[in-house]
This record gives sequence, structure tokens and C-alpha cells, in this order.
Amino acid sequence: MEPLRRPLSPCSSRPSSPRSPPCETSVSVGIEAVLDQLKIKAMKMGFEFNIMVVGQSGLGKSTMVNTLFKSKVWKSSLPGLATPTPQTLQLHSVTHVIEEKGVKLKLTVTDTPGFGDQINNDKCWDPILGYINEQYERYLQEEILITRQRHIPDTRVHCCVYFVPPTGHCLRPLDIEFLQRLCRTVNVVPVIARADSLTIEEREAFRSRIQEDLRNHCIDVYPQKCFDEDINDRILNSKIRERIPFAVVGADREHLVNGRCVLGRKTKWGIVEVENMAHCEFPLLRDLLIRSHLQDLKDITHNVHYENYRVVRLNESHLLPRGPGWVNLAPASTQQLTTPAPLKVRRRVQEDPKDEF
Amino acid sequence: MAVSEESQHLLFHSHVAFRTASMPSEVCEVEERKRENIRSLSMCGHVGFESLPDQLVNRSIQQGFCFNILCVGETGIGKSTLINTLFNTNFEEHEASHFCPNVRLRAQTYELQESNVRLKLTIVNTVGFGDQINKEESYQPIVDYIDAQFEAYLQEELKIKRSLFNYHDSRIHVCLYFIAPTGHSLKTLDLLTMKNLDSKVNIIPVIAKADTISSELQKFKIKLMSELVCNGVQIYQFPTDDDTIAKINAAMNEQLPFAVVGSMDEVKVGNKMVKARQYPWGIVQVENENHCDFVKLREMLICTNMEDLQEQTHIRHYELYRRCKLEEMGFTDVGPENKPVSVQETYEAKRHELHGERQRKEEEMKQMFVQRVKEKEAILKEAERELQAKFEHLKRVHQEERLKLEERRRALEEEMIHFSKRKSSCDIFLNQSFMASGSNIKKDKDRKNPNFM
Repeated sequence: MEPLRRPLSPCSSRPSSPRSPPCETSVSVGIEAVLDQLKIKAMKMGFEFNIMVVGQSGLGKSTMVNTLFKSKVWKSSLPGLATPTPQTLQLHSVTHVIEEKGVKLKLTVTDTPGFGDQINNDKCWDPILGYINEQYERYLQEEILITRQRHIPDTRVHCCVYFVPPTGHCLRPLDIEFLQRLCRTVNVVPVIARADSLTIEEREAFRSRIQEDLRNHCIDVYPQKCFDEDINDRILNSKIRERIPFAVVGADREHLVNGRCVLGRKTKWGIVEVENMAHCEFPLLRDLLIRSHLQDLKDITHNVHYENYRVVRLNESHLLPRGPGWVNLAPASTQQLTTPAPLKVRRRVQEDPKDEF
Repeated sequence: MAVSEESQHLLFHSHVAFRTASMPSEVCEVEERKRENIRSLSMCGHVGFESLPDQLVNRSIQQGFCFNILCVGETGIGKSTLINTLFNTNFEEHEASHFCPNVRLRAQTYELQESNVRLKLTIVNTVGFGDQINKEESYQPIVDYIDAQFEAYLQEELKIKRSLFNYHDSRIHVCLYFIAPTGHSLKTLDLLTMKNLDSKVNIIPVIAKADTISSELQKFKIKLMSELVCNGVQIYQFPTDDDTIAKINAAMNEQLPFAVVGSMDEVKVGNKMVKARQYPWGIVQVENENHCDFVKLREMLICTNMEDLQEQTHIRHYELYRRCKLEEMGFTDVGPENKPVSVQETYEAKRHELHGERQRKEEEMKQMFVQRVKEKEAILKEAERELQAKFEHLKRVHQEERLKLEERRRALEEEMIHFSKRKSSCDIFLNQSFMASGSNIKKDKDRKNPNFM
């Protein structure tokens, strides 16, 4: 029986209420059993998580995903003669169901081979934006049906992990362009890839330069400052924001170190332990994405990014002619989206009132 | 060259696809799920997402919970007392009068807190139910109230800029229907009301003031349930699909409707103070399962199924309302040739229709305005013309007068000239006559004078 009495404001809208302070129930009524009910329901339904990895080839995206989920999500693509680099940006999605201690997670990972690999990388973010918006569109179409499904399948991208190559200098123009466009549509978490090529000092300098670049270009990466709900969130998230972008190393082989079996990269001068905080910041990334902020990522996608998309879509639909493409929030317009059939009636109806008189 | 590269590329993809046993996202989901079930991934270590339910729970705690109960029953049947007993709090309610002309619904919201769970509880009471002499319209205000809450939620959901995540959900999650403990059967009013409510809200019937029937309780319960089933009233069944609670829920389903007794007074029984009602012939303990089903009701309503009640309201009742409402407004999922029509298109067609109507009305108003302006102008012109005519008339009159005056002046002048002529001739005549009769001196003078004259 905790005497914690939080001063809560009375309910504003209907139904009207007298201004009564929160009543403490002295004998347990059983309201907190609702938490267990929630848990049971959630475990039964399972969870969904969609993550996208973006970066040039060779930065270790596939290995990183394998390391995150400790399984062979992708067959690690070692460069071979039979695998040509794709000529255009292709998006490749894989879905798996993983289970841990009774919790089922339907994980979808989308890879973007060919990003930034061409000679002319202009508008290489278009297919990615198109894919993200297509998922929003799919959800929107399901949501506005008359007979809706009980549980709308959620294919929206909850998090986009952007791999910055470890140049040690600062963000490149391609990075800045991409981040600027994407941070308004999806939660973006930038990481410094292959961080084992940087020393600790170089890493810190690189990190601060990247942070400065992000500030100068007004790129708002996850966790966004404006969505911090209360003081605890702010404290927690500020700590994370100080360390963004995380310097990560991915590995899916195990080695023996001091008698323990650890994931790591074996080099001639030592073993880089992936889960050792002194070596790299992979644990921070894993904790952020999976252990502490997964639900938050989904919430922000649903409550903010999806709603923004919806507003734009519903507002614009009567202004623009329906054609093969339409404008999304980012300046570039996408061409690969499926749109509903064009509305033919529009122009005529506008003329009608004048004709009547 | 391009062709061969592309085919190589495709090969690579299908190769990869076969080996990782997963499909690109365009393939239909059913197959995907089947494949997933057969080949789900196994992990080599601890990833850590078993904290997911906890993350979900933490978010819900932050947001707070919302629960809305509707109590339907005659005045004085014990609704307020039961709610007080259920939540172990004295919600401020004064006794309702029996003389209301029609049924009103009164909703009050309270904030309860238990350890770290915040609950916004809304109790809606039907005031005056069953008191009127003519009870035909008794159930209508209740149905209207429930529909109004659904409507409000629908409006919020259809808005362009909406904020569903901090919307105070006022939809009724459960309706406790209080049946009078007659011992015979359901009253007609009860049957009628329940039939009208069962498709809109989860109904849990309870036998109120159950301390008045004790031995005939079982027969009464059976009679009630059979009547409900006969008349096709769908009451809420506790869910039996989840293993952990299936057994207890099934057992409880058999015990419906619950026979409850409510009381906030405490009576000493043994060496404890318990909530009870004291009679000369004994003490009815509220929380004693042998005496009444209050504990079962509390268990089922709050501890086990609160979440399910909310879910059913949202998934079944609200969706049904939404579907009916949208179909009423003319939206369909499938067009006339069985081609799927997007709500978007119908919505826009409607929007343009209304837009056109608005433009037409604007035109009408403009026309009316122009008309009125014209009329006013005509009136003013008329007035102007009249004034002009008057002015002309006056001018003419003035002119005429002036002419007359001119004439008279001329006449006058002529008279004056004439008069002066006569006067001068008279003077000459007088002087001549004077000279003739006068002296020589005068003649000389006159000889001189004519020089002057």
C-alpha cells in the first residue's frame, strides 16, 4: 500500500466530472491486476519489429544484424566473384519469428544493397523513402476500410540504422542529404560502422564532429528531444544523445578469451570483443534498439511519423491530380509507389456550381 | 550486356532467397507465416527482448488506464452502493429522486490510484430508469448516450489532425444491468432494454439486493438465463481462449448472473471488521462467497477481464458502430462493379459534393445580395426623381412669380414716367398762366426766365 499520491489534473472532456483528487483505495481492489492482463495479452499476440539498415556495401550491415539478433538473419555476404554489386538500389526484406522466454517477436529486416555505390548517387534515397511511405500507405489503406481487420499487420519501418563509414573526418554530403530527408519520416539511428579501425581518441573526435554536423544541419535523430515526456525520460535520453552515433563493431564468430566464449573479430594484434564496452559500443546499440526503447520506437513511428504522413496524405489528396507519383514530406517526389485509381470527377465538379447559374 | 547482368542479379537473389528460406515482402503473408512457423530462427545467445512486455507495461503505466462503467437499473436498486463497494471508495452521490419525467444519464469521472497504476474511472448512472408511468422511451436515452460516445471517438479518428494516444476514451466498456430480485422472471422493461443494448455494449447482468432471495436463488438464476437465451439477448461471456484464465472464466460463465449485495458499513464478525449488512436475524457478509457473489463479480470485472472488456468494446462494438455509420454516410468498400472502391474516393466525392453545394449556396447568397442592392438602388432613384420633380416645379413657380413681378414693375415705371410727364406739363401750364395774369416785372423776369426755361 504505497501512499504515493500524484497530483493529477481532473479529466477535461466528456463526461463532466467534479474536481476530485485521486482517491487511494485502502484495501486492494485489484486494479493492478490489469497489468498482468496486459502482459498475458501481449505475450499471446506477439510483437512486431521492423528495422532497416542503410549504408554502403562493405560496412558490415549484414554482420551487424546477425550480431544484434544472435542468429543468421542474413547469410553473411562475403565478397565473392559470383556476387556483382547491384546496379541500382534494391530493397531486400527478410522476416523471421524469434522467441525468447515465451515472448514471440516477428522481426523484419530490410537491407539496402547498392546504396551509395554508384558513380552518380543522386536521388539514391528515393527508393528508400518510397518503401517507407509505401508501408505507411498500406497501413493507412487498411485503417480506412469499412470492415477492418482485428489487428492491422504493421509493416511500417520502426527504425532505420544508418551506417557512417569510419573516415574519421566528418559526415559526407551523401550522409547529410540522406539523414536530412529521412529523419523527418522515420526514426534514424546513425552508427559509426567498422569502428575497430579508429582509436579511442579518433573515435571521440569523429563523434563530436558528427554531432556538430547533425546540429548544424538540423538533423533530429532518435531519440528526438521533443518527444521526451518527463524528467526521467529526458535524463535517460540525454545520456544516449551524448553517445550518438555509437561506434560499433559486428561479429558473428565466437572466440575464446580468458576462458570465456565471446563474440569477436580476431586480428593479428588481438581480439576485438563485440560485447565489451571498453572495445566498442555495440551493447549500447543493442540496449537502445531492443532492451529499452523498442516499444518507444514503435510508439513514435505510430503516433508521430505515421500521423504526419496521414495528415499530408489526407490534405493533399484533393489538391493534387492522382498520378503515378505524389509528394511526400521530403522534397524529392517518389515514383515507385502504388496509388489508388485516379479520381476523375474532380475538375468537373468544380465547374458545376458556376454552370448552374 | 545489361540483360545478362540482370539475369545474374536475379539468380543471385533467388539463390539467396532459397538458402535463407525467406521471401521478399511482396509475397502474400500467409505463405510467409507458414514458412516462418516451420523455419523460425533460433538464436545462439541471449538477445534480451523478453523485456518487451515490460516495456509495454511501462508505457501503459505512464499513460494511465481508463475504464467506463454504465449502471442500468431502477432507482433505489443499489447501483451506487455496489459501485462504492466494488472500488472500496465512497464516491459522492446523493440519493436520486423518484420523480424524474424521463430517464437521464449522469456521468462522473474519478481518478483512482493503486500502487503505480492510475485508473480514470467513469461511472454513468441512469437516473429515473423505471420510474415513469409510461416506460416506452426508457431505453432510448441510454442507447443515445452510448452512440454519442462512439460518435465522439469516430469523429476524433476521422479527423485529419488527430491525437488518439492522449484522447480520453469515454466509450462504455461494460454495462452492469441490475435485475430486481423478484424471484420470478425478467421484467419486460429489462428484456426490452437489454435487447436494445446487447449489440452496443458488453452487458453483465447482476441480481441486485440478493440478500432478499437466498433459497430460491438458483432457480431464479436458471430462469433468468433461459429467458435471456430464449429472447436472443447476447450478454458478455468471459473469454475462454487463453489457457491461464480459461478454466476460471468458464466456471464463472456458469454462475451468471451474479447475485450481489453491496454495503460500505463495517460490522464486527469474529474478531475482524468486515463489510456487511446487519439484520436482526443475521449478518450478510459482502465478501463471503457463501453469502453472495460479490467477490466473483469483483474478480471477473476488475482483476481478470478489464483489459478484455476494453478490447471487446473497441474491436466488436465500436467497429460495428463505425461500419454502420460509414455505410450510412454512403461509403462502401466495394463499388458497383465489385471493384474495390477506396474510402478515399468516396470520401473525396462526398467532399466535392459538399464543396459544390457550398459554392452553390455562396452563389445564391451573392445573387440575393445583388438583388437587394438593385432594389435599394431603385428606391433611391425613385426618391431622387421625386425630389428633382419638386425642385423643377418650385423653380417654375419661382420663375413665373418673377415674370409677374417684372411686369408689374414695368407697369409701375411706365406709370411713373407718365406721371412725371403730366407733372411737368402741368407745371408749364401753371407758369404760363401765371405769366399772362402777372405784372410786367414778372414779364421781364419771365423774359429772362424763358431763357432759363
